[in-house]
Amino acid sequence: MAFPAFAIYAFLYLYPSLSNVYYSFQRWDGVTKPEFVGLHNFTYLATNDDLFMKVLGNNFRFSFIVVIFQTLLALLFATFLLKNTKTSIALRIVFFFPTILSSVSVGLIWNFLYDPNFGFINAILKSVGIPGLNWLGDTRYSLYAIALTQVWFHTGQMVVIYVAGLQQIPQELYEAAEVDGASRWQQFKNITWPMALPTTAVVVAYTTIQTFRAFDLVYSMTQGGPLNSSDMLVTLIYNTAFSSYKWGYASAQSIILVFVVLLLTYLQRRTLRLNTGEK
Amino acid sequence: MFYKVFKNTLLTLFAAAVLIPSSIVILGSFKDDLEIYTKPLALPKHWSLKNFHTLIETGNVFTPFKNSVIVAIFSVGITLFFASMASYMIARSTTVTGKFLFLLFAIGLAIPGQVNIIPIYHLFVQLHLTNSLIGLILVNIALTLPISIFILTAFFKDLSREMFEAAAIDGAGHWRIYRSLALPLCRPALAATGIFLFVICWNDLLYPLMLISELDKKTLPLTLIDFRGEYATSYSMLFTAVLVASIPMVIMYLTMQRTFVAGLTAGAVKG
Repeated sequence: MAFPAFAIYAFLYLYPSLSNVYYSFQRWDGVTKPEFVGLHNFTYLATNDDLFMKVLGNNFRFSFIVVIFQTLLALLFATFLLKNTKTSIALRIVFFFPTILSSVSVGLIWNFLYDPNFGFINAILKSVGIPGLNWLGDTRYSLYAIALTQVWFHTGQMVVIYVAGLQQIPQELYEAAEVDGASRWQQFKNITWPMALPTTAVVVAYTTIQTFRAFDLVYSMTQGGPLNSSDMLVTLIYNTAFSSYKWGYASAQSIILVFVVLLLTYLQRRTLRLNTGEK
Repeated sequence: MFYKVFKNTLLTLFAAAVLIPSSIVILGSFKDDLEIYTKPLALPKHWSLKNFHTLIETGNVFTPFKNSVIVAIFSVGITLFFASMASYMIARSTTVTGKFLFLLFAIGLAIPGQVNIIPIYHLFVQLHLTNSLIGLILVNIALTLPISIFILTAFFKDLSREMFEAAAIDGAGHWRIYRSLALPLCRPALAATGIFLFVICWNDLLYPLMLISELDKKTLPLTLIDFRGEYATSYSMLFTAVLVASIPMVIMYLTMQRTFVAGLTAGAVKG
């Protein structure tokens, strides 16, 4: 009974993944016959390709910022919206709403908000006397602007995951802490944070993978620009293959992406296990 | 006291951050560009349907809308069907085959689908599956099978083993048990997973961008990207297109809000 699923998966997932490894050892423009070049693509990536290093750095920065801000915001909101009151439920529905939109829609909406001339954000800033910025058009800000949009996009989803996790914490712990006169901050630090660690691990892992997969949002907001300042790994791979026609090289880049994701997932799991004392 | 102010300020700010852009888009669909730039949040002076007319006349929204519906429905339907069969088999398997299959699908969770764009493109060119909705459906199925099997297997494993064994003793075969016992019991899980997959398929840009270039095969996200090129900063048209493209999701979200949240969070947790 597992055959249809297995057949499609093997043919359109496993087989392409293996061919990707094979292509990464070739020099290939996608049209003529591939030529075997050994590890050349990888050594070139590691030693000669400033653009790749820049984009790798971009992606790490993007990931780091989004993981930190989105996780902390979501945890904070989840503690605020923990009780199933009408207001809490309504706010959770509102916060979750962006998650259902497409990245392209979100990108177009934020293009307007960030517009240097007519944009809503600059209009608000000007009304309180702060000069506006060219958010997406300035190499210094474009990456952070997209990171902010990403946080707006997916915080609500993480709030819901946190709420489910935090509702598992026994209420008696808080009652006992209350009796002992513990402040809100002490309760958060000594009960909520340690008890929520498994959920935090899930949220952090999911967000990390999501940020290293980022393509749609970047493509619809800046296409990686200006001057590659907001380029991410997947947008770079896409351009290497479909604009520069260096297919073998693009395959090598995507192999690096797989390794980065696997390494980060592994490191996060290890850190979490140390923290919760699991083996 | 400080805590209350802090909490209410933050909650209000984030709610506003979600509601203001949404209102700008909805209201903007009934305005012209000048009114959007000068008074983005005000109610439109006249509730004009001009943008919608222009969109229908020139923008060719029906075809991409239809394509997106076809791709999403078939991708989700077939994935759910195949994934539920595989998950049932994996969950009930007592041999090493089930474990092995499960591990094999788990590999797909570890490798992001985005890294396979080059081999998939090459393979699809050879199979003449570019510029084809069937091609897009096949990619969607392959990409979403691992996560679906992950979610559904967990669900099937929670169902009682004795119940299945009792049915087997009564002479029901695997197919019969799957169809009349397992499937009805896991309807909530199927609904949640289905919505999760629907959101992914409806919103995907990368694979359509790569595989589709003919106008009459384009899906909505792809058409939106084209619109941005065509209308540049004519936000009245862009907002109208965004609104039309989002309406099915918004209606589904408002009517099936619980299933939506369950699906999109199960997808995250299991993935």
